[in-house]
Amino acid sequence: MIKLGTLLCTLLGITLIAFFVIRLAPGNPVLLMIGERGADPRQYQEALHRLSLDRPLFEQYLGFVGRASGGDFGSSIVSGRSVQTELLARWPATIELGVAVILLSLLVGVPAGVIAAIRRRSVVDKLITVGSLIGYSMPVFWLGLVLILVFSEMLGLTPVSGRLDIAFDIRPATGFMLIDTLLPEATARYGLDAFFSALHHLLLPTLTMAATPIAVFARMTRASMSEVLGEDYIRTARAKGLAALRIIWLHALRNALLPVITVGGLFFVSSAIAGAILTETIFGWPGVGSYIVNSVYARDYPVIQGSILLIGVLVILTNAGVDLLYRVANPRMRV
Amino acid sequence: MNKKIAPLLAALLGAAPQLSHAAPADDTLVYCSEGSPESLNPQITLSGTARNATTTTLYDRLVDFAPGGSRVAPALAESWTVSADQKTYVFKLRRGVKFHKTAFFTPSRDFNADDVLFSFNRQLKADHPFHAVGGGNYQYFQGMGMDKLIASVGKIDDYSVRIVLTRPEAPFLTDLAMPFMSILSAEYGGRLQKAGRPADIDILPVGTGPYAFSSYLKDSTIRYAANPQYWGAKPKIRNLVFAITPDASVRLQKMKKGECQIAVSPSPADLQIIRDNRQLRLSEQDSMNIGYLAMNVEKPPFNNVLVRRAVAYALNKQAYVNAVYLGNAKVAINPYPPTMWSYTDKVQTYGYDPVKARALLAQAGYAKGFSTTLWTLPVSRPYNPNGRKMGEMMQADLAKVGIKVELATFDWATYLDKVKRGEHQMVQLGWSGDNGDPDNFLYTLLSCDSVTRGSNNSRYCQPTFNKLISDARRTDDAKVRSKLYQQALQQLSKDEPIIPIAHSKVYRVLSARVNGFVVNPFDMDYFAPLSYQNR
Repeated sequence: MIKLGTLLCTLLGITLIAFFVIRLAPGNPVLLMIGERGADPRQYQEALHRLSLDRPLFEQYLGFVGRASGGDFGSSIVSGRSVQTELLARWPATIELGVAVILLSLLVGVPAGVIAAIRRRSVVDKLITVGSLIGYSMPVFWLGLVLILVFSEMLGLTPVSGRLDIAFDIRPATGFMLIDTLLPEATARYGLDAFFSALHHLLLPTLTMAATPIAVFARMTRASMSEVLGEDYIRTARAKGLAALRIIWLHALRNALLPVITVGGLFFVSSAIAGAILTETIFGWPGVGSYIVNSVYARDYPVIQGSILLIGVLVILTNAGVDLLYRVANPRMRV
Repeated sequence: MNKKIAPLLAALLGAAPQLSHAAPADDTLVYCSEGSPESLNPQITLSGTARNATTTTLYDRLVDFAPGGSRVAPALAESWTVSADQKTYVFKLRRGVKFHKTAFFTPSRDFNADDVLFSFNRQLKADHPFHAVGGGNYQYFQGMGMDKLIASVGKIDDYSVRIVLTRPEAPFLTDLAMPFMSILSAEYGGRLQKAGRPADIDILPVGTGPYAFSSYLKDSTIRYAANPQYWGAKPKIRNLVFAITPDASVRLQKMKKGECQIAVSPSPADLQIIRDNRQLRLSEQDSMNIGYLAMNVEKPPFNNVLVRRAVAYALNKQAYVNAVYLGNAKVAINPYPPTMWSYTDKVQTYGYDPVKARALLAQAGYAKGFSTTLWTLPVSRPYNPNGRKMGEMMQADLAKVGIKVELATFDWATYLDKVKRGEHQMVQLGWSGDNGDPDNFLYTLLSCDSVTRGSNNSRYCQPTFNKLISDARRTDDAKVRSKLYQQALQQLSKDEPIIPIAHSKVYRVLSARVNGFVVNPFDMDYFAPLSYQNR
C-alpha cells in the first residue's frame, strides 16, 4: 500500500499543479467574462476583487488548499454554483462512458493479445500488432471525427453526437442514461426505444476512446502471454497432453494477466481521463471531460482546480486498488 | 439468448428503423449551440451563449431591436414619450400579454407595470427582495452605468411606467432593448419567495417570450415549447431544442445529417463546404464590432494628420482580412459597420496606395521615413483573431513606405493599462458594440471625455467632432442624430486618428428547409419567425 507520507506529498504536488499551471495560461477569467468591457479599469478591478483574484498568488493558493482540505472547492466563476455540485452532476455520464470503454477494451484487447501470442509470427499476429500500433498512435480527436464521418455521415449508421435522440425527453434520475431509460417512467412512454437510442449514441464515443486501451491491452497481453507460454510448467502441461485451449485459459492466461492488470489498470485511468476530455468534447458528451474543457476556455479556476484535484485523488486510489487486486490475483503475494 | 441479443445488435447497427436518429418531425427545430448557458436569466449573464438561450426565446423587453438591424422597435411597451428635458420616459405597456404557463407555474394575471418594476428594481435597488438572489452581480447593468443613470422606476397605473434618469441619455432606449433588460414575472417571484425557493427564478425561468421553458439537461439539451398565447407573431414551430455541441466540425456533421437545423459559428475552414452543399445555407452578416489601429495623436509624428493619412494609405487591409480573419470579415472604413443606423460611406477612404503614402510622408517632412513602435494585441478577440500576425503584416507594409516599426506587446491587463496612460505610439485595439447605438462607438472611443476616462485610445479630442457627437447625445430625434453622426464620421475620416481595419462576420449554418431566419448583428437569433418548408 502507498505510505501516508508519499500520499500527502503527492496530494500536495497535485494541488500545486492544479493551482499554478492553469494560471500560466494566457487570458484571465475576468476579461473573458466582461469581454471588451474589460477595458474599463474600474469594472475590471471590481470583478477581480469580487473573485479574490487581486490577492497575492500565494495567499490565494493557501486559501485554496485550506478550503479543499475541508472538502470545499469553492464556486464556479462562471455559474456561481459550488464546484462539487457541478461536478457531481457530470460524473455519471463520464462513468457510463468509462465502463463501456473498459468492457470493450478488455473484450477486444485481451483476446486479441492472446491470439497474437499463440500464433506468434503468423499473419494474424502481424495484423494484430500493426493494428494495435495504429490504434495506439491515433490521435483521439482525429479518430473521433473520422468515425463520425464514416459511420454517421457516409454510412448513416450512428448518430453524430449527444447521449440520446432528442425525440426522447428523459429526466435524469441516476444520471446514467442506460439506467434512466429503463426506469418505469421512461419505459412507459417510450418502451425500450430510448434505451436503444442511448446504446446507439454510446457506440462511437466508446469506440473512439477505446482505441488506445484496446491497443495497450492487446500488446501487453501478447507480450506477457508469450513469456508465460515459454515457461516450463506450460511445456509440462503440454507434455501431459492437456488440451491446448485448456492450457491457455486455465494455466497461461491467469498468470499472463497479472502484469496486464497492474500496468493496464494504471494506464487505463490516465488515458481514460485524457481520452474523456477529448472524446466528450467531440461527441457533446455531458461529462466531466467536456466540463473541464469548457472551464479551461473560460479560465474558470475553481472548477479546473477542483477537477484536477479530484482526478489526482482518483488516480491515487486506482493505484492503491490495482495494488490490492494484484495481491489477490497473484498467489505468490498472498503470504 | 440469441433472440435477446439480436434486436440489440440490430439497434446498435442502426438496422431497426424505429430507433434511428432520423430528422425530427416538422414541429421540432433543433438548434446546435456551442455551449451551456451559465444561467437562464439574462440579467445575470454576459455570454453570447446565455443570450441566445434566454433573451430571444423566453423573454421580451419593453423595446426590441427591429429584425436584422439596430433600430429600436416597440415590444412590451407599445409606445413611449420622452419629456422635454430628456430625463423622464413614460412607457405605455401592451395589454393582454400572458406569462408562460409551465409545469412549475401558472400565472393568474397578465403582464403589467409591476413586472417592469420588479425586473428593473431587482438590478437597481439593493433592498429589493431579489437583489441578492443568485449572487447579486448584475454586471451588465452596472457595467453600462444603469445604476447611476436610472434615478427611479415608478408605476403610474397598471399599464404605464415612468422611468426617471439622472441626466439625458439618448441611447437609453436602445439600452432597454439589451438582454439584461428582459422582463421577468413579479407574480412568479412572489410565489417563489413564499415557497422559500427564490433562486429558482434563474433556474426555472418564466417569461413572456415566444417559447416557454421545458427542461434543461446540463451540457446536453435545453427544451422549449411554443407559447401559444404569444402576443406577437405566433411561433410556427412547436418544439425548440438547443443541442449543446461544442465542436464546430461536429455541429456541421449534425447539420449534414439533419440532426439539427441551425448551427452557430461554423469553422472558417468549412465555409466553402457549406456554400457548396445544396441542403445547407450559410447566412452571414457583419457583426457589431470594429478592429482598428490607433495612433497616439498627442505624440509626434502622429500629431501630424498627414502622417496618419500616410499610414492609412500604407496598410493593405484586404490582405489582413484574407490572412488574419481568413476572409471572415469585411474591410472597414468607419468605426462601426454598415448595419448600424446613421452609417455613411460618403467619407474619405484610404485604399491601399503606398505611392500616395510616400508622397504624404514627404509632404509632412518625413521623406526618409521614421521609426516607431506598434503594440500588437496579446489576446485573440472577435474583432482581431491574431494581433501578432496582423502586426507583422503591418510592419512589412509600413517598411515599404519607409516607416520602421518595432513590434511590442504586453499581457492584456498591462497592455490596457499602458494604453490608458497614453504610453503607446501605435496600438491595435477594437470594440464590440452591444446596444446598436452609434454613441456606443463614437462617444466611447473618440470623445474628449473618453481621453481621461481611458477608452479613447488615440487620445483624439477634436472640437468639431466632439460637438457633433455631444449634440447627438442630447437629442432623441433619430433623424437629427443620424445626420449629426454622418457629419461626425466625415470629420473623423479626415482626421483619421484611428485606422478602421475590419468588421468580423457572424455566421449561421441553416438547413435549406428553414425559412424566416434573419441574422442579427448582435449575434442574437430570433426564433418566433422560423418555419419549415414543406417537403
